[in-house]
Amino acid sequence: MELLRLATAGSVDDGKSTLIGRLLYDSKAIFEDQLEAVERVSRQRGDEYTDLALLTDGLRAEREQGITIDVAYRYFATPARKFIIADTPGHIQYTRNMVTGNSTADLTIVLVDARKGIVEQTRRHAFLASLLRVPHLLLCVNKMDLVGYDRDVFESIREEFAAFASRLDVSDLSFIPISALQGDNVVQRSANMPWYEGASLLHHLEQVYISSDRNLIDPRLPVQWVIRPQTASQPDYRGYAGRVAGGVFRPGDEVTVLPSGLSTTVAGIDTFGGPVEEAFPPMSVTIRLSDDVDVSRGDLICRPMNQPTVGQDLDAMVAWMTERPLKAGDFLALKHTTRWVRAVVKDIHYRLDVNTLHRDEAAATLGLNDVGRVSLRVTQPLFYDSYRRNRQTGSFILAAEDTNVTVGAGMLHGPD
Amino acid sequence: MDRGRGVSGQYQLTQLESIEAQSIHIIREVAAEFERPVLLFSGGKDSVVMLHLAQKAFWPGRIPFPVMHIDTGHNFPEVLEFRDECAGRLGVNLVVASVQESIDSGRVSEETGPDPSRNRLQTRTLLDAITEHRFDAVFGGARRDEEKARAKERVFSFRDEFGQWDPKNQRPELWSLYNGRHRAGEHIRVFPLSDWTELDIWQYIATEEIPLPTIYFSHRRQVFRRDGMLLAVGPYVTPRDDEEVVEVSVRYRTVGDMTVTGAVESPATSAEDIVAEVAASRLTERGATRADDRVSEASMEDRKREGYF
Repeated sequence: MELLRLATAGSVDDGKSTLIGRLLYDSKAIFEDQLEAVERVSRQRGDEYTDLALLTDGLRAEREQGITIDVAYRYFATPARKFIIADTPGHIQYTRNMVTGNSTADLTIVLVDARKGIVEQTRRHAFLASLLRVPHLLLCVNKMDLVGYDRDVFESIREEFAAFASRLDVSDLSFIPISALQGDNVVQRSANMPWYEGASLLHHLEQVYISSDRNLIDPRLPVQWVIRPQTASQPDYRGYAGRVAGGVFRPGDEVTVLPSGLSTTVAGIDTFGGPVEEAFPPMSVTIRLSDDVDVSRGDLICRPMNQPTVGQDLDAMVAWMTERPLKAGDFLALKHTTRWVRAVVKDIHYRLDVNTLHRDEAAATLGLNDVGRVSLRVTQPLFYDSYRRNRQTGSFILAAEDTNVTVGAGMLHGPD
Repeated sequence: MDRGRGVSGQYQLTQLESIEAQSIHIIREVAAEFERPVLLFSGGKDSVVMLHLAQKAFWPGRIPFPVMHIDTGHNFPEVLEFRDECAGRLGVNLVVASVQESIDSGRVSEETGPDPSRNRLQTRTLLDAITEHRFDAVFGGARRDEEKARAKERVFSFRDEFGQWDPKNQRPELWSLYNGRHRAGEHIRVFPLSDWTELDIWQYIATEEIPLPTIYFSHRRQVFRRDGMLLAVGPYVTPRDDEEVVEVSVRYRTVGDMTVTGAVESPATSAEDIVAEVAASRLTERGATRADDRVSEASMEDRKREGYF
C-alpha cells in the first residue's frame, strides 16, 4: 500500500473541517469515543450541530477561540492507500503554517466556496502550493448544493482559476465540484451533478499517480552518520548512513564524494533486512565504498558525471516566519541536508505579495509571513540543486542564532 | 522490508517502508546532532518498535545511546521482565528512574483520594532524570493519532529549562530538516513515530516479527469493571465492594501504570490477530483503556505542558 501526503488549507467557513471530517468519518478513521467527545462538547456549547472542527482543533486555545492556529496531522486509510493530512489554517497570518504543511505534501487541496468563487485566499493557497512545488494541485469547488449544482458556476470558477494557475508553476491541476456537507462527489460520484464526469475526491486521492514525483535522475546521498562497529566480527566495517535524496544507487556504481571530490565505487548497499540491489528516495540505507576515502557527516555522495552545484553564494525564495524582520546584514544559522552552516543576508531583491504575485523591489525587509527573493552567503560551500529539481537538496531552514528558533524556510534557485 | 523496488517495481516504497525510512532518518539525525540522547523505553509496544528502528538505523553497529524507563512502581511484572530481557538482547544500557524514589526523597507526594495514581508523578521523575544525566534529546514513542493535543506535536519538540512544552509557540518544522538547536539545560523531545498509527504499529510488529511482552496477547485474568474499563486485580488495584470480579480472556492495548490501564476482552493470540481486531475497532486505544486521558478535554495538553511524555 502506498502513502499519500496531502495538505489542506482553509478558514472556518469554507467547509474544510466538514470535508476532512467526512473523509475521516467515511473511511472509519474517526472512532466512536472521539465522536462522542466532540458531540459532548458541541452540546455543552449549545451548537446546533456536531462541530467536526473540534476533531482537528486539538489545543485549548484553539477550542476556546474557535480557530485553528497550527498544523494538525490527521491519518486515514482506504483499501487503496494510506493518507496523512497536514491541515492548516488559511488566513494570511498563518502563511508560515501553510508553507510548513505544503513542504512535505504530494497533493494540496484548495477549497473554494461555490457562492463566492475565487477569492484572495484561494490564490494565496495555490501560490504557496506552487512555491513549495507540491506536485498535484486539486481545486475543490465546495457547497455546490447551495448553487443548485449549477454546472455554469463550476465552469466559470474553473476557467478563472485555470487562468490564474497558468501564471504559477503547477504541473498537475484538477477540479472537482463537491458538497462536503451533503457528501456529493466526496466518496461517491454525485447523482446531483450528472454533468461532472470525473472521479470523486476520494477516488482521485486514491488514484493520482505519484510514483514519478520524486527525483530518480540525480543520485544524491547526504551522509548522516558513519557506521563503524569496530567489533571482533566487524573490525573494518565502515558504512555511510543516510536517506537517499535523489536518483538510484546500485552496487558497482562509480561515485564521487563531496567536498573531497574523490571518486570510488559503491561496494554494497546495506540495510538491517539485508543488502539491496538498488537504493532510491526516500529509502534510509547504508552505503559501503570500495576505497578508504575520508567521508563524514555533511558530505554528499553523488555520481562523477552528475554533481550538484557547489557554492557559498545562494539565491533563494525565503518564507519568513518570525516577528523580527529579515534584512541585509543579518546573521543566521542555516541547515541544508545534513549540515549546519552560518549565513549572512547579502540582499533582499524583492518581496512577493502572496495574494497578487506583485514583486515589490523597493522592499528592504521581510516581515512575518512574507515571501521574498534573497541572496545569502554561507561559511562553507553547500552541495545543492535547485528546489524545482529536488525538494530535498534544494531546501534549507534558517534559525536565529540567539534563540535557536526556526525563523525561515528557503527554496534554492540553481543554474537550471 | 527495504528489500527492493517496493510496490510493483516502480521505485515506490510501501506506506510502512516509507514511514520506517522516515523514522530511521530522524533517529540518525538525533544521534549525529546531540551529545547525550536517550530513548524512553517502557517495554510498551511503541517503545519496542522505536528501539527496533534504532537497531536498524545503526546496524551493524550498536545503538549509540542508552534507554531509560520511568518506573512508577506499579508496572506489570511481565513488562519489567521483558524490558530487562530486551535491553540485554540489544546490548543497550538501561537507566531506570524510579517514581518510588522520587516519593521517598520528598520530590513528589503520593496522590490521595479514592483512586490514587502515579501517572502524573512520573513527570517529575522524568525531568529530574533528564537533568541528572544531562540528556539533551529524549526519544518518546508518542504518535499523533493517539490524542488531539499530540496531533499538533512536532517531531523535534522543544522543552525549556523547566521541561515545559509551549504548544502555542512551537518551531515550524519543514521538509525533513529538523532543528535540534537548544541551550544548556533545555532539551528536545523527539518523536520518531509521529506519523505512525496504531494499526501501522501492529502491522509492523507482525511483518517484522518483533517480540512483545506477553500481556499484549490474550490471557486469562481476574478483572473488574470501573468507569467502563476492565482493571486487573493486583497489589495496587483493589475492587470496591460493588465491583464484581470475573475471570475472562483479555489483552492490553497499552501497558501503562496498572492503576490506570484497562484491558480489553479479546481472544487475539498473535500480532496478526490483533491487526484484524484493531482494523475493526471503533474505539481509540487511549479512549478504550486509559483513565488518565479522561480527566478533562485538555488533560493530555496540560500534562504535556508540564513535561509529560
